[in-house]
Amino acid sequence: MSQDQIASKKVLFKAFRFNADKDILPYYEEYKLIVTQEDVVLDVLNKIKWEHSGSFSYRRSCRHGICGSCAIKVNGKAVLACKERMFDLIETFGTELILDPLNKSRAIKDLIIDKKDFWDKYSSVQPFLIANVDKNPAKENIISQKVADKLLEADYCIQCGACYYSCPAVEVNPEYLGPAALAKAYRFNGDVRDEAKLDRLDTVNEMGSGIWNCVKCFECTQVCPKEVNPMDKITQLHLQTFAEGVADNNVATRHAVGFKHSIEKHGLLDESGLVFYSEGIFGMPQHIPEAINMLKNGKIPMPWSLPKSKNLAEIKKLVKISSTAKF
Amino acid sequence: MAKKLKYALYTGCTARESTPELLQSTLAVAEKLGIELEMLDEASCCGASHLQDFDDHLSLVLNTRNLCYAEKKDLPMVTLCNTCQLNSSMTKHRIDENKELRERVNNDLRQVGLEYKGVSDVKHFLYAIVEDFGLDNLKNKIIKPLKNFNIAPFYGCHNIRPSEIQGHNNGHENPYVPNSLDRLIEVCGGKSVDYDEKNKCCGFHVDLQSPETANKLSGNALLGATDANADFMVTPCPLCHLNLDVKQHKIGETMGREINMPVLHMPQIVGLALGIPAEKLGLNHHVVKAVYFE
Ligand code: SF4
Ligand code: SF4
Ligand code: FES
Repeated sequence: MSQDQIASKKVLFKAFRFNADKDILPYYEEYKLIVTQEDVVLDVLNKIKWEHSGSFSYRRSCRHGICGSCAIKVNGKAVLACKERMFDLIETFGTELILDPLNKSRAIKDLIIDKKDFWDKYSSVQPFLIANVDKNPAKENIISQKVADKLLEADYCIQCGACYYSCPAVEVNPEYLGPAALAKAYRFNGDVRDEAKLDRLDTVNEMGSGIWNCVKCFECTQVCPKEVNPMDKITQLHLQTFAEGVADNNVATRHAVGFKHSIEKHGLLDESGLVFYSEGIFGMPQHIPEAINMLKNGKIPMPWSLPKSKNLAEIKKLVKISSTAKF
Repeated sequence: MAKKLKYALYTGCTARESTPELLQSTLAVAEKLGIELEMLDEASCCGASHLQDFDDHLSLVLNTRNLCYAEKKDLPMVTLCNTCQLNSSMTKHRIDENKELRERVNNDLRQVGLEYKGVSDVKHFLYAIVEDFGLDNLKNKIIKPLKNFNIAPFYGCHNIRPSEIQGHNNGHENPYVPNSLDRLIEVCGGKSVDYDEKNKCCGFHVDLQSPETANKLSGNALLGATDANADFMVTPCPLCHLNLDVKQHKIGETMGREINMPVLHMPQIVGLALGIPAEKLGLNHHVVKAVYFE
C-alpha cells in the first residue's frame, strides 16, 4: 500500500507536562498531528518527542505488549501505548485527545510515574512460586494442560498497572491491594505446585486491604490489555477462603453467606434480615438513622408482607442439591 | 414498531422491597407504552454478586433456574437492576460457552423438572426502551417534556461493564463513553449533564464492610452532579439509588459538604415525560424529595 492510500486524521493532542525537579504545577502542551490508520499510541508519543519536544518523557521498552512499561491514560482510559490503536481511540473519544500519566499525583516527569505503591502491594502477596523443588530432578516436572488451565490466564499479567490505576477502590482507600496484586495472588494460589496458599489467603483476607474491599465495578476487567480479568480472580480468592475454611467470621463473610440463608427461606432477599445477620446486634445502631428514613418512606416491607418467590419448595430443594460451600 | 413488545419481568429483590417505587414506575411506564410485562414470580434472588463469592455452583444453578422460567414463557427476560442484569447475563454467558458446565447445572435442575435450553435473552429495561421500543417511537409519545431541567445520568457499573458480556444486550454501549441514558434524557426533554463520575462506581457492594469507601465513591458522584449544575440525577440501578438517595445525608458528612440531590429511577423520568402523575411513579418514596414534581 502506498503512503497516500493510508487513511489519516488530524488530531489535537493535549499532553500532560510536568518535571518534578522544576515545576510546581503541571500543565498541558498542545500538539496538532496527523495520525494514520496504522498508528498506535506509542507512535504518537514518539512523534511528539522526535519531531516537537525532545524533553517529552514516557516509559517504553519492548513495543510488543509484553514489558508492561508503556501504560498511560488517554481521555481517562488506561491503555497500553504500544498496543492501543489510534483510530479506535478516535472512534471513542473524537479528535481531541488528552494524554495523561496513569496517576497524575504520582507523576515524576510527564507521563512517567512513580509506581512504588503498585510494586509494594505486588510484593506483599509473595508473587512467586513457593515449593520444595528437587534441585536435581531426574526428569521434567510436567504440568498437565488441565491443571494449567486452572490459572485462568492469571499468568498473562505484565504488571502494566492499567487496572490498578483505574481502580476506584484504590483511589479512595490507599490501603487496598488492588486488582493486579490480587490477580497475582491467585496466579500462585491456583498453581498446584505452590505450597503457600494459606499464607497468601491470610494476606488477601485482611479487612481494609484485601478482597473484601473490592467494590466489584469491573473497571479492571474492562481495562486490562492482556485479558487477565482481575475481578474474576478476586472472586476466585473469595471462593478459596471459604473452600479452605479460612474465611473469618465478619460482616463481609456473613453478608455473602447470608444470601444463601435468605434465598433458602424466602427465595428473595430479606433485606433487613440480611443486614441484621451480617452486622450482628452490635453493628445495628449505625444503621438506625437510615432505617428510620427508609421506614418513613415506605422502603421497608413489614415481616408479614415480605415478598416470597412462588414455587419456594423447589428453590429449597435446589439449595439442598446444589450447595457446594460451607461456612 | 410492528410487533407488540413482550418480556418476562425479573423484578429482583430491591424493586419489591426497599425501592418499591421502581417497580411501580416500571409497570406504569410499560402500560403507557404498551409494553407487556409478565411477572416472573417464581424467580429467586440473583445472589447480588455476594452469593457468587461463597458458592459459585449454587449461584449458577439459581440464576439458570430464573432463566428457565423466562424460557417457559418463551419470552426474553427483562431486568430492573444492574446487578441482577449482570448476574443473569454472566450466568447465561458462562453456561452458553461451556457445555460441561451447562450439563452440571442442568443435572441439578432436572431433579426439579427444569432444563435450561439457552433460548431467552436478558436485557435491562433501560435497553428494552432505548433499543427495542426505540427513542424515536418514545419521542412521539412525550407530552410533558422535562424542559429546562439539567439531569445527570448515573449509569452504574453492571449494565456497562464488562462490555464483553453486556455488549450484545446494551446496544454495544461503550463503557468509557456511554450515551443511552443521555439520549433518553434528551428525548424526555431534559438536558443531560456531563460530569466525570457518570460511568463510575457508587460503592454499594462494600457498604457494610467499608462504608467509608462506599460513601466517598457515592459522594464523588453526588458532588460531581451538583457541581455540574444538575437539578437531579437519574439511574437505572436500584442499588445505586439506595446508596445515592437513602445514604445521602451520611455521605454528605463523609464529604464535609451538604448535599441535596434528588435521585430518580430511570422509568420515573420517562413516566413524568409521558405525563404520568408523580404519585403513580412513587416519587413520594424517596428520601431526598424531588420537590419539582410535588
Ligand atoms: S472490580 Fe475491584 S479490583 Fe477491579 S477495579 Fe473494581 S474495585 Fe478495583
Ligand atoms: S492485570 Fe492486566 S491491567 Fe492489571 S497489571 Fe496485569 S496486565 Fe496490566
Ligand atoms: S512497550 Fe512494552 S508493553 Fe508497551
